Amino acid sequence: MRINCPYCGARCLEEFTYRGDATVKRPESIDESARDAWVDYVYLRDNPAGLHKELWHHGAGCHSWLEVTRNTVTHEIVAVELAAKGR
Amino acid sequence: MTIMRYSLASLITNALTGNRNWKPVWREPEPKSSYDVVIVGGGGHGLSTAHYLAKEHGITNVAVIEKSYIGSGNVGRNTTIVRSNYLLPGNEPFYEWSMKLWEGLEQDINYNAMVSQRGVLNVFHSDGQRDAFVRRGNAMRFYGADAELLDKEQVRALVPFVDFDNARFPVRGGLFQPRGGTVRHDAVAWGYARSADSRGVDIIQNCAATGFRIENGRIVGVETEKGFIGAKKVALCVAGSSSRVAQMAGLRLPIEAHVLQAFVTEGIKPLLDTVITFGAGHFYCSQSDKGGLVFGGDIDGYNTYAQRGNLPVVEDVAEGGMALIPAIGRLRILRSWGGLLDMSMDGSPIIDKTPVDGLYFNGGWCYGGFKATPASGWCYAHLIATGEPHPYAAAYRFDRFGSGRVIDEKGMGAQPNLH
Ligand SMILES: Cc1cc2nc3c(=O)[nH]c(=O)nc-3n(C[C@H](O)[C@H](O)[C@H](O)COP(=O)(O)OP(=O)(O)OC[C@H]3O[C@@H](n4cnc5c(N)ncnc54)[C@H](O)[C@@H]3O)c2cc1C
Ligand SMILES: [Zn+2]
Repeated sequence: MRINCPYCGARCLEEFTYRGDATVKRPESIDESARDAWVDYVYLRDNPAGLHKELWHHGAGCHSWLEVTRNTVTHEIVAVELAAKGR
Repeated sequence: MTIMRYSLASLITNALTGNRNWKPVWREPEPKSSYDVVIVGGGGHGLSTAHYLAKEHGITNVAVIEKSYIGSGNVGRNTTIVRSNYLLPGNEPFYEWSMKLWEGLEQDINYNAMVSQRGVLNVFHSDGQRDAFVRRGNAMRFYGADAELLDKEQVRALVPFVDFDNARFPVRGGLFQPRGGTVRHDAVAWGYARSADSRGVDIIQNCAATGFRIENGRIVGVETEKGFIGAKKVALCVAGSSSRVAQMAGLRLPIEAHVLQAFVTEGIKPLLDTVITFGAGHFYCSQSDKGGLVFGGDIDGYNTYAQRGNLPVVEDVAEGGMALIPAIGRLRILRSWGGLLDMSMDGSPIIDKTPVDGLYFNGGWCYGGFKATPASGWCYAHLIATGEPHPYAAAYRFDRFGSGRVIDEKGMGAQPNLH
């Protein structure tokens, strides 16, 4: 598997560190009423067999956080974007 | 069908008749229209659950439905190591019970699973690591397991070929569990399958669950490749496929699917008569009865359902092997393979009811569920039969995540690829 970093080009896997699912959203509220949302955010995952949006850090390269869309069944990478896009 | 018991007499008789008269070890029935319990997943845990349901609880109107063939999952892909060297209270009594069940397994199921208590040796490389191993050994002994602290010379007596004077990671001693060892993995699947079958359990291969029928919050059966099968209770036991299967019942789990690779070298003369693990990186090794060195290391570390990994981990494992046993560099690797792991958020398993009445869950075994096979089946059968968690598995509940009572042996937090 190689990841095509927008800054550095196609680089080997060992240059990157994996964080996990990029779609989980940190709840806005820290109120007790948001407890279940926090449990969901910290612990529960869709864990799909198929396309998965996930965060990788290019630690041995440009230090960008990347949002990679990858097929978990074939390992094919279909998109790589900067995680900071539009945020 | 009468079960064929194995004995010295049956071995001799069959050898003298050209081994032509052995009978199939279990039946291949078509599914009935309904059962008291349908177990989804015919890996080690599903089959041991069926065995203990029948033998310990007298529940025999049971089917095990398996997507592929028995032994095709991790039960036939693991590196066969069994041990009970955990630290935390939620884990150690469970794994020690599993060890005790391993010790009596072959008599219990009348099947040679090649249980080999050759010992598990964890070497340490620093004073700090020694202290941590002393603590772990004491926790093990506290719960009735065996643990011995070995100094460098005692380790040398066991494994003289280890690189004691490695400049970076010198070997200073080890924590040894003499009762740990290896068990022939696929024989475990076959032995439990045969035993369950002989007690009336239907083992149905090539029959994937494709959906669940739930009425008013209660499970009423399973949709399968061989049609609908009604069930009073359904017990999920699909290891690496946990999220995929649970999702069909509307459940989202604290689990990610990852891959673990393993390797075996060409066969050599007896070299390593224990299981050894490196303390400064992730590498573990044992020698199979055919002579190959069987070894592995870390998981690849990204979500995957492909039963194969990538080269960086191969390199990492090889480096660990070379640091511990330099002679391993002279051997050729015959095969490598990967298996699909159900990595949980705290590195510990789940054996629990689900929010759907009558639907039970067993999973989150990470890379260490083979050793758990007997106790997992024992405790899961207890839960299914009685509705109450077994005391040894009482901590393996879904609600531990929300309540903060996670069982995190490595202290890594909710990051499955770090456990
Ligand atoms: C390379 C490797 C090395 C390992 N080494 C060790 C070790 O040394 N010691 C140790 O303790 N553990 C080890 N493990 C972990 C251990 O193998 C697993 O935790 C354990 O086998 C999981 O339980 P199981 O045997 O029931 O799983 P499996 O054998 O994987 O059983 C699950 C079954 O469910 C079936 N299934 C999936 N979806 C469906 C469906 N929809 N319908 C019906 N059936 C379905 C699958 O086909 C599979 O047969 C290792 C794992 C791997 C991959
Ligand atoms: Zn980069």
